[in-house]
Amino acid sequence: MNILERYAAMEYDAAPEARNEADAWLAGRDFGKALFIGGEWKAAAGGKTFETSEPATGKLLAKISDAGDADIDAAVAAAAKALPKWSAQSGYARAKVLYAIGRAMQRHQRLFAVLESIDNGKPIRESRDIDVPLAIRHFIHHAGWAQSLDKEFPDHKPVGVVGQIIPWNFPLLMLAWKIAPALAAGCTVVLKPAEYTPLTAILFAEICERAGVPKGVVNIVPGGPEAGAAIVNHPGVQKIAFTGSSEVGKIIRKATAGSGKKLSLELGGKSAFIVFEDADLDSAVEGLVDGIWFNQGQVCCAGSRLLVQEGVSDAFIAKVKTRMGRLRVGSPLDKNTDIGPLVDKTQLDRVNGLVAEGAKQGAECWQPDCPLPSTGYFYLPTLAIGVSPANILAQEEVFGPVLAAMTFRSTEEAIELANNTRYGLAASVWSENINLALHAAPQLKAGVVWVNGTNMFDAACGFGGYRESGFGREGGREGMLEYLSVKLPLGSAIKPATAEKITERTETDGIGIDRTAKLFIGGKQVRPDGNYSLPVADRKGKLAGEVGLGSRKDIRDAVSAARGAKAWAEATGYNRSQVLYFLAENLSARADEFSARLVQLTGVSAKAAREEVELSIERLFSFAGMADKFEGRVHAPPARAVTLALHEPVGVIGIVAPDEAPLLGLISLAAPALAMGNTVVAVPSQKHALLATDLYQVIEYSDVPAGAINIVTGKHAELAAVLAKHDDVDGLWCVADADTCKLVEAESIGNLKRVWTSNGRNVDWRSDLVAGDAFLRRAVEVKNVWVPYGD
Amino acid sequence: MSSKFLEAGLSTGEARDSSVTSLPTRIAANTPATHGIARNPGMALDLGFLESMRNVNRSALERRVASLTKRRSIKADNQAAWLLRSIACMDLTTLNSNDTDERVRRLCAKAINPLRRDIAEGLGLGDTVIRPAAVCVYHPFVATAVDAVKGTGIHVAAVSTAFPHGLAPLATRLQEIEASVKDGADEIDVVIPRGLVFGAKWQELYDEIVAMRAACGEAHLKVILGTGDLATLRNVMLASMVAMMAGADFVKTSTGKESVNATLPVGLAMVRSIRAYFEHTGYLIGFKPAGGISTAKVSLDWLVLMKEELGRPWLEPELFRFGASSLLTDIERQLEHHLTGRYSANHRHAMA
Repeated sequence: MNILERYAAMEYDAAPEARNEADAWLAGRDFGKALFIGGEWKAAAGGKTFETSEPATGKLLAKISDAGDADIDAAVAAAAKALPKWSAQSGYARAKVLYAIGRAMQRHQRLFAVLESIDNGKPIRESRDIDVPLAIRHFIHHAGWAQSLDKEFPDHKPVGVVGQIIPWNFPLLMLAWKIAPALAAGCTVVLKPAEYTPLTAILFAEICERAGVPKGVVNIVPGGPEAGAAIVNHPGVQKIAFTGSSEVGKIIRKATAGSGKKLSLELGGKSAFIVFEDADLDSAVEGLVDGIWFNQGQVCCAGSRLLVQEGVSDAFIAKVKTRMGRLRVGSPLDKNTDIGPLVDKTQLDRVNGLVAEGAKQGAECWQPDCPLPSTGYFYLPTLAIGVSPANILAQEEVFGPVLAAMTFRSTEEAIELANNTRYGLAASVWSENINLALHAAPQLKAGVVWVNGTNMFDAACGFGGYRESGFGREGGREGMLEYLSVKLPLGSAIKPATAEKITERTETDGIGIDRTAKLFIGGKQVRPDGNYSLPVADRKGKLAGEVGLGSRKDIRDAVSAARGAKAWAEATGYNRSQVLYFLAENLSARADEFSARLVQLTGVSAKAAREEVELSIERLFSFAGMADKFEGRVHAPPARAVTLALHEPVGVIGIVAPDEAPLLGLISLAAPALAMGNTVVAVPSQKHALLATDLYQVIEYSDVPAGAINIVTGKHAELAAVLAKHDDVDGLWCVADADTCKLVEAESIGNLKRVWTSNGRNVDWRSDLVAGDAFLRRAVEVKNVWVPYGD
Repeated sequence: MSSKFLEAGLSTGEARDSSVTSLPTRIAANTPATHGIARNPGMALDLGFLESMRNVNRSALERRVASLTKRRSIKADNQAAWLLRSIACMDLTTLNSNDTDERVRRLCAKAINPLRRDIAEGLGLGDTVIRPAAVCVYHPFVATAVDAVKGTGIHVAAVSTAFPHGLAPLATRLQEIEASVKDGADEIDVVIPRGLVFGAKWQELYDEIVAMRAACGEAHLKVILGTGDLATLRNVMLASMVAMMAGADFVKTSTGKESVNATLPVGLAMVRSIRAYFEHTGYLIGFKPAGGISTAKVSLDWLVLMKEELGRPWLEPELFRFGASSLLTDIERQLEHHLTGRYSANHRHAMA
């Protein structure tokens, strides 16, 4: 076309980003030695390589060394060797290294961006304007955390050697999210980039070499599933951080059960994009473009479920279609491209299959009429309307540019639909009414909620999921905690419960009237479903009484009662604190009785028993006081926005309480859970269960709403397993023998409940650390609500 | 479209089943521009419709314009073509208190010959003459301008109604329009009294603009909102909508005299009001950002905004104008650079 023809057409033309620097880098590098271990470039010990190709053309880019078991061993050894010196360095010294990495990345940011787009297929505008700047920001932000570590996180220690496995959708950004906080915390890392997209991680390793990162602190090991499994199962690794599919996340959870490894999982999502009738509809359309057509929809927090209020639905869908017609699908290196190819043929086939199935199930699928390049794994942006909640497109994560739309009538219904998913990563709420927006945000089961925006990320703000979208946060203060640990004072190993031989009834008993200890479910004393009892021995092995033998059905009922006890979760912190204070007050009034019971059952001295009761009361008091104080934060992202990091209750928490210090142990776990608004299903000490059944009488007197705390007595290991397998239990804290702890971790994968165990050890419940924030942190989910403002 | 898609029950094409008229999305290359578009007759003041336009989220609009200008890149020959488009959509303007007839003649001369001959030839324009759509002047210079541009097709726009404040008595303001029309102006740029917006006196604002439109007769009416004075994008959206309901042919951002002139977020709000009005009535309203648009690069951002939000028809002088004075010289310099690869200097181009 000549200029006059162009003048008449006023079309966009290709605006290709130069790739010569990236090609030169590719040509000049020996990818057969692409393992960066202990500061050296190595070939895989087994000599294997894998291929990475260009999604836009299918062309081979490089053959990369493929790490195997031996290489992971070497990398973990290098990280372990580097750990003592690195973690002992001053925060300032680590801060300087993080800063140097950030600045060095900045100096090469165009190369990073071009390489990322070549390898992943994402439009250069996204890699250049979003991925790479955010990655740099992450390192510079975390330099500050490194330096302020001692002040900001007293009592915390680096976790140690961290194994990190990242996905292909944001290769460099996910690397930054993993490595920056780990280094800031004083950990050393072994990171495996995704097979599809190893290139920017290799360039990053080069940056580390030049930026003065000590050898072995950062180890980059490209590889496939074998390398991933080797990292996950390596005994020298103290923490696994994984971003990827929920399926693999669950495998990792199971594999690490009982290992004592700290774990953070950032998994899939089916995030709701809610458009209320008073939204700025045109802006919401743009939000949707950022939400589902960003990175070809290959985003874990993609706003893939559009919920639009009935009154504006037709107008909104029409606007969406018009806007879709203006999206440009094409070469990722064209600066005018909105949508590039999917990362691989496998992914293209998957999206094709899901859309076909969705259409078969009744969704009306629509695509704009726009040209597609002849090569590469391109997929047109797709809108599916009339999608029922049961449709596969509403249920499954597509990980492609496919939007599933449905309508709602009321705010309540919108929230119900939004939460009608196993996932819980993110949500967008569009309304010009701040009352409505801030009413909806806390009710959404999602780790991130964007008000009038979507896919906003920042190093200062936490990111991570509820439910099967995983656990742990990345970014901000909450993200740092994933790489730090408070060593709880653990004691001796717990022996599995054995059937006790109970010979005869104690002499002192039998004078009063016979008492029947029951289960405590939904605010009522109830008989166990099976109607069997379990004898409880006193300190001499004589029969002290009988408690109900709780079964899976009793756990079911207790969980159901706990789930229904909404009054507790919705109560104000002040409200909850008063109830817990009252509980302390009533326990105090019966301190003598509980002391005597402790002596009778456990055989501790009267003084020790009294101390345990008094400490239990003190602990109730302490957590009562924190109920309205363990607050969230306001993060300050570099934008005209506030990000509210809210502390929300985890939900229903199962507690498997210890035999040792049976009263203090139970209260030390239940009180922080209750303080933060969780409801509790407690399985008390099996051996000393009568203490717990005494306790429910105190609970009954203390204005605790029905269902807020439920007590099911019975066989520890058996009930713990039932709790672990119950998919409506959100959290599980378990103090038990090693096998039981391992079992509950492994069985938690059904809904990826948040599990904490004592790893088969006793806990010194007298420690101040137990009374501190350790359990309060586990009692909350941090939800980051982004509220951009300005008028 | 492969059979796989058909099997999946996918449909393609334009939006269907919608309660609003969809925008004309695609026009094939070289389709002649939309000439002779139907003039907006206006509509009754509809406060319910107006109310529905209230939801304007500033942060979201700012994000949109920030990404919009980064997500589209106009390079090489295309850039030259688009810059010619900026010239064709220009109201070459002089609005200074010290303007004289001679100054206005000079402006008109530049409008008639906007490009140095070697540049026009280098671009291969041949017989095609690309000129600013109009010159824009104060009332006393209308007759001079009409005379100077006679026979060229260049329109003469007069700023009117107590420009730039709009605070003279209504009768005076209407007389001013009539006088300029009588002198030969075929486009009238009026200002609204901003206070009516703050007071939400929509009926009064509507009535005034209706009267102005009547005073214009055949001359086209551009309504300047003075967006820099209006404080919020919501006010901009509402005022723009009232102006269109009252029969504006164009809505225009600024007088160039406010402390803040045409900004992209303001432009986006107004462009969306135009889209909503089109969807509601089927009439195409023009848009004129003015003030502070002085570089070729910035003019491209505005063209991208129009193309993305409204589409190809809004890249014609019938529906889009820049109010600008120094922009033309910068474009000429860029065009020379395009041809020679050398950066030019202002003094190498004839001044307006």
